[in-house]
Amino acid sequence: MSFFESKKIKSDLNRFKKIVRGKIKQNLKKYVTAQEMVGKKGGEFVSIPIPRVNLPHFEHDYEKKGGVGQGEGEQGEAVGKQAPGEAGKAGSQVGKHIMEVDVSLEELAEILGEELALPRIESKGQKQQISNQKEKYTGIRNVGPNSLRHFKRTYKQALIRNIVSDKYDPIDPLIVPIKDDVRYRSSKTTFEKTTSAVIIYIMDVSGSMGAEQKEIVRTESFWIDTWMRSQYKDIESRYIIHDAQAKEVDQEAFYKTRESGGTIISSAYALCHQMIMEQYSPANWNIYIFHFSDGDNWSSEDTIKCIDMVENKFVPNVNLFCYGQVESQYGSGQFLKDIESKVDSENVITSKIDSKDDIYQSIKTFLGKGK
Amino acid sequence: MANLPIELAKAKEGIEKIARSYGLDFFKTIFEMLDYEKLNEVAAYGGFPTRYPHWSFGMEYDQLSKGYEYGLSKIYEMVINNDPCYAYLLKSNPLVDQKLVMAHVYGHGDFFKHNYWFSQTDRRMIDTTANHASRVRKYIDQYGYAIVEEFLDVCLSMDNLIDPHSVFIQRKKITAEKNKLNEKKKNPFDLPDEKNRKETVQDQKYDFSDDPVKDILFFLIEHAPLENWQRDILQIVRKEAYYFAPQGQTKIMNEGWASYWHSKMMTEHILTPSEVIDYADHHSGTLATSPGKLNPYKIGIELFRDIEDRWNKGKYGKDYDECTDMREKANWNQETGKGREKIFEVRKIYNDVMFVDEFFTEEFCLKHKLFSFEYNPETTQYEVFSRAFSTIKKKLLFSLTNRGQPFIFVKDANHEGKKKLLLWHKHAGIDLKIDWAYATMENIYKIWKRPVYLETMVDEKGKILIFDGKEHTSKSIESEEAKK
Repeated sequence: MSFFESKKIKSDLNRFKKIVRGKIKQNLKKYVTAQEMVGKKGGEFVSIPIPRVNLPHFEHDYEKKGGVGQGEGEQGEAVGKQAPGEAGKAGSQVGKHIMEVDVSLEELAEILGEELALPRIESKGQKQQISNQKEKYTGIRNVGPNSLRHFKRTYKQALIRNIVSDKYDPIDPLIVPIKDDVRYRSSKTTFEKTTSAVIIYIMDVSGSMGAEQKEIVRTESFWIDTWMRSQYKDIESRYIIHDAQAKEVDQEAFYKTRESGGTIISSAYALCHQMIMEQYSPANWNIYIFHFSDGDNWSSEDTIKCIDMVENKFVPNVNLFCYGQVESQYGSGQFLKDIESKVDSENVITSKIDSKDDIYQSIKTFLGKGK
Repeated sequence: MANLPIELAKAKEGIEKIARSYGLDFFKTIFEMLDYEKLNEVAAYGGFPTRYPHWSFGMEYDQLSKGYEYGLSKIYEMVINNDPCYAYLLKSNPLVDQKLVMAHVYGHGDFFKHNYWFSQTDRRMIDTTANHASRVRKYIDQYGYAIVEEFLDVCLSMDNLIDPHSVFIQRKKITAEKNKLNEKKKNPFDLPDEKNRKETVQDQKYDFSDDPVKDILFFLIEHAPLENWQRDILQIVRKEAYYFAPQGQTKIMNEGWASYWHSKMMTEHILTPSEVIDYADHHSGTLATSPGKLNPYKIGIELFRDIEDRWNKGKYGKDYDECTDMREKANWNQETGKGREKIFEVRKIYNDVMFVDEFFTEEFCLKHKLFSFEYNPETTQYEVFSRAFSTIKKKLLFSLTNRGQPFIFVKDANHEGKKKLLLWHKHAGIDLKIDWAYATMENIYKIWKRPVYLETMVDEKGKILIFDGKEHTSKSIESEEAKK
């Protein structure tokens, strides 16, 4: 039928996507459910709620409605938080349909790559290391443990012996392997070469960085991490936090620490540089630095020092130096302007993240060059 | 059937014959093979690839295709109530699934053709939706995308305010005459506009409190000050809502009937030995139950089987009902053999409410382990509430009555003598979702253009919600009044 020729659903789909992203029809924005992409991270899987925009109707209050179900269960036993017949969080949202999807991190990275049209990252030069040895069962031997018996090869051997010795009867093909027929799998050691890469996250945890700013950093670095992991097989992550002093922390502390006090960005850069020089020789490693701050440095002298370090210590050594500036009500945001005006290198990317909605664009800016 | 592979065309021919041999009767059925993208697209449009453009279809498509890509859900089949009947098959399905779907589709086809509640539906709906779409496109060309879309949003927000039973009522004469008048006009949609509203309303009585109007969309089409194109769009939305209403009224029966027949035909005639396992896997997946959700396929097929069994054994009538010995009842068999006849009768005249009301018995409830659940605010989850038959049945019937929607009526179109619109929510034990009620009232205001009042009950107290075009207010009323 001719009406299958057109792809008219695409225009309706685009229209819907624009509404969800708040580009058109702001009046519908309040009906958008489940905007945030990372819901929970349980094990390997992440839930991505699929957004819906539900037009209001006269409807019953779901919480008070209840329903009829089928199966086992004592009185008072939970039947799940899902609303009856509706795939949705009970009553906590405006809309009733929030479908949650569990996807593995690999799939997630793929989706992210497609969604943002991210290029594959090209590794810098020949930075390969022998990373691991693997035992692979690819060979065959005449001796070995019973658990490694290769039935097919054993049968084949017995069949050959039968045919050769003229004992094979096509009408009654009975093959009984004897000890000499038995074959075993044997292992071979292989070496895998991989590219090594390290991401160093630096975050400003001075008093001016509030919970909202940290949430933005957390979300953004989660996505960056997910993408980078899909690009490099082995990747290390290091975390540095700083206020007036810098120190290395683990991932949890990185997101949860709230220090107070001033901001001396050069302290973090110095620590970062020291880390690179001691442990990640630029000749062998792909190095990525992501620095998040509200852009309020202690003094302009320190800023000069920072810019000098970026230009002379980072640019020649790393694949990417990314600076993301998070909007905060205390920050002056001067650092972004300084770095943009004084550093000119395609290894340095800056991005301004005013709110959660900007995370999307910011990731695209950072990773869009495929470096 | 040029587009079906030979293997399937043959299967279709065979299955159609088998279906007819059981007494199923359906319109000519055309099967189309589609890949999943196309099938999702058709499904997003509610089965009609030619529907008018609107983002909500894009949203459905987004959900369906993501569901498919993430391996969560898959549409196996779609069937359209139309003459000829259109059914869509998913290209990537194995042969045994295609056969199952075809058998299932013939069950639906028979139901569409013979169930009373479908008797008033438009059997040329594929053409009708295409006409609707071209009209909407014309208005888009004329008035702009954003304006028409905005108005569609408003209309779609009230597409449940119809009265599915009204299609069986002979319209009042005055309407029939009006329609005749309209036919004489060049533009059939040239109903009274803003200028004529006063006269029209003066002709009418305002106060409907003796006989509240449930078809609010029809009321607005007749009386609201709309431009012609707006009135036409509202008519389109109403017409499509009426077309889909019987499917909501007979969900359990329709799916139950189709599942009953696919299982009968597959197991008695169609399956080859090598297909049995795949069929069983698929079939049990379709009928799977989960605690928080009632599967209409499961309840439907089991009810039909139960009815057939009862009428085969004479488990009905005065003697059976009055028998108190459970063992005797269980072993009751008078070999009446009227089962098949009975289920054909049931599929002809019942809808879900009647079906459950009459055939959902205590024995059935017990056998299938049904329970009712309620929301517990303390634990913020739904919990098993009761396994008592009467509670469950009441709850089940409630969820089916008026397709689970609240009853909303027009009570007075000249409230306080100022042409304010007074709506009335007939409270049946459950409150409205208040934020949505207000939002819907805003949309009704956009059509009525005068303040909108809604009489309802909140926490067992009578209340009137008011939207005057600028802000929301509310006032309490005597609860007896609200109950009326």
